[in-house]
Amino acid sequence: MSTSIPQATAPAAAESPSAPPVKAKVKRRKFDPWGAVAWIVGLGFFFPVFWMVLTAFKQEVDAYTTTPKVIFAPTLDEFRAVFDQGVGTALLNSLFATAVSTLLVLLLGVPAAFALSLRPVRKTQDALFFFMSTKMLPVVAAIIPLYVIVSNIGLLDNIWALVILYTAMNLPIAVWMMRSFFLEVPGELLEAASLDGASTWRAMREVILPLVSPGIAATALICVIFAWNEFFFAVSLTAVQAQTMPVFLVGFIAGQGLYWAKLCAAATMAALPVVLAGWIAQNKLVRGLSFGAIK
Amino acid sequence: MATITYDNASCIYEGSDKLAVDSLNLNIEDGEFVVLVGPSGSGKSTALRMLAGLEDIDEGNIYIGGKDMRGVPSKDRDIAMVFQNYALYPNKTVAENMGFALKLRGVPAAERRKKVEEAAKILDLTQFLDRKPAKLSGGQRQRVAMGRAIVREPQVFCMDEPLSNLDAKLRVQTRTQIAALQRRLGTTTVYVTHDQVEAMTMGDRVAVLRNGELQQFASPNELYDRPINAFVAGFIGSPAMNLVTRPITSDGVQLGEHATMELERDQMTKLHELGLKEVTIGIRPEQLEIHDAGKVEVVVDLVEDLGSEAYVYTHAGSGVELVARTNPRTAPKLAETVRLRKHPDGVVHLFHPETGARIG
Repeated sequence: MSTSIPQATAPAAAESPSAPPVKAKVKRRKFDPWGAVAWIVGLGFFFPVFWMVLTAFKQEVDAYTTTPKVIFAPTLDEFRAVFDQGVGTALLNSLFATAVSTLLVLLLGVPAAFALSLRPVRKTQDALFFFMSTKMLPVVAAIIPLYVIVSNIGLLDNIWALVILYTAMNLPIAVWMMRSFFLEVPGELLEAASLDGASTWRAMREVILPLVSPGIAATALICVIFAWNEFFFAVSLTAVQAQTMPVFLVGFIAGQGLYWAKLCAAATMAALPVVLAGWIAQNKLVRGLSFGAIK
Repeated sequence: MATITYDNASCIYEGSDKLAVDSLNLNIEDGEFVVLVGPSGSGKSTALRMLAGLEDIDEGNIYIGGKDMRGVPSKDRDIAMVFQNYALYPNKTVAENMGFALKLRGVPAAERRKKVEEAAKILDLTQFLDRKPAKLSGGQRQRVAMGRAIVREPQVFCMDEPLSNLDAKLRVQTRTQIAALQRRLGTTTVYVTHDQVEAMTMGDRVAVLRNGELQQFASPNELYDRPINAFVAGFIGSPAMNLVTRPITSDGVQLGEHATMELERDQMTKLHELGLKEVTIGIRPEQLEIHDAGKVEVVVDLVEDLGSEAYVYTHAGSGVELVARTNPRTAPKLAETVRLRKHPDGVVHLFHPETGARIG
């Protein structure tokens, strides 16, 4: 049952043992005890996820046997069953809220981070602190007023309420993260572009953005993960129409607790988009996380 | 191409109560190569950045080709700049780096390529046009930065210590190349350096700055032969001019117990007129020679043999250190006592002991 929780962290952990190709040039020693430990830990993290995916393709009869079955006839029946129970709406809602909020965060956050890092003014530090301070109040403390506000403007059980909240929730993180990437860009580049005759907008688009694109990819992925995983706002402010994937999953656990294969199919579907996003962003991410090589 | 005028131009950095550049006045002729030189913190880079529009002109004004530059953004000043770290666009190839300004100006691709190729030929970069800057050596990057500037045919070149990241040999080589290129293109150039050798060898005229204030703006020879104050005297020339502040005697300056530097008669007259007890004298190492008739008795501390010449570091009395140039074959030994005199063609410069201003 707990397999639904490590869905986001598991892919990252699972990749670490297979990362060594980068180091392949280093001459292999006979036996590296730390390597063995890394493999054991990595497999330990990966196994529950692997088992969840495996179970999702089983018939309900094969799913929970006293001798666990590794060999079975794979089937998509359980996925179909999950769709019949309305996972489609939840998936679409989650995709919509995640995609739109991430897009908004990037549209607002990237220029903000650009200004705060490459064109600092006297109150820049205060602005940065303000962004950070919005993260200091626990969400629980704000949920009642938020509920009242959302209810008053008629956005209860409306996906746009989540879009707005997810944007607000991820914006400070994105600004701080993007700022660290922008700070890596030498200010002289902007000056050089300006002397070459570029407007600020042109310089940003042609010179700065290509350099920080790995950072943008990394930031976007973080926002996607946070928005996709978000549960508290979703469970408090939505009911049926605007229900997102995490809320659906929890409801599913309560309702279908004994149907392991179905549950695993639903959880696999919940994990898949984030894993895909991470996989697509992989190349950029590696560059994004080892950013110093820019100069 | 254009003239440049700094008219009482000042710049102050936020949070500082001292002017980074203090009422700078310079008149730079069309096609001239002017070097701004000074120690770090002298305001030379700030002065250049004000010209380029990267720092505000807080007071006074700067004119390029007679046009008022206050409030004109960098992109509209038609200035090309070579940065210390080159500031090449890492995501663009050499050709794209060099052609970026033309692209922004809407020059058609074919013409752009022609101009870039011409510049690449001058700078010996033709085979690197498709490479990214990361794949180039330091010297090649420097040349790309130069190329980016010359492709544009701007009114003014600004160069901010463009050679300081090169190794010594390449620096000397590139120094002459830049100077020759500038002569050929005839573009007005303002060049910032802390290296007085670069200043002396490259500039038509050199402006020496200190603490944001202009000390002297003159040709290299003038700076060398007639420094306007003790700071310029000590800054220009290597090894530096001997500068010591000592009491005046009846016929010269007392350097030590058995060491007197004789002065010309009219210099003595001037000193008496001013009623000074002490004076700062300056004499260049190559204008001091070891000679038995010399009246300055000194002890040799160190001999620096450079092959073609040797510098003898000595002291006379307490605290008075003098450097003299000599022939390495006949250089004295360590701790030897020798006599120095002013070379018959040499000059002893006199500076005011407090203000440092030139007296004669």
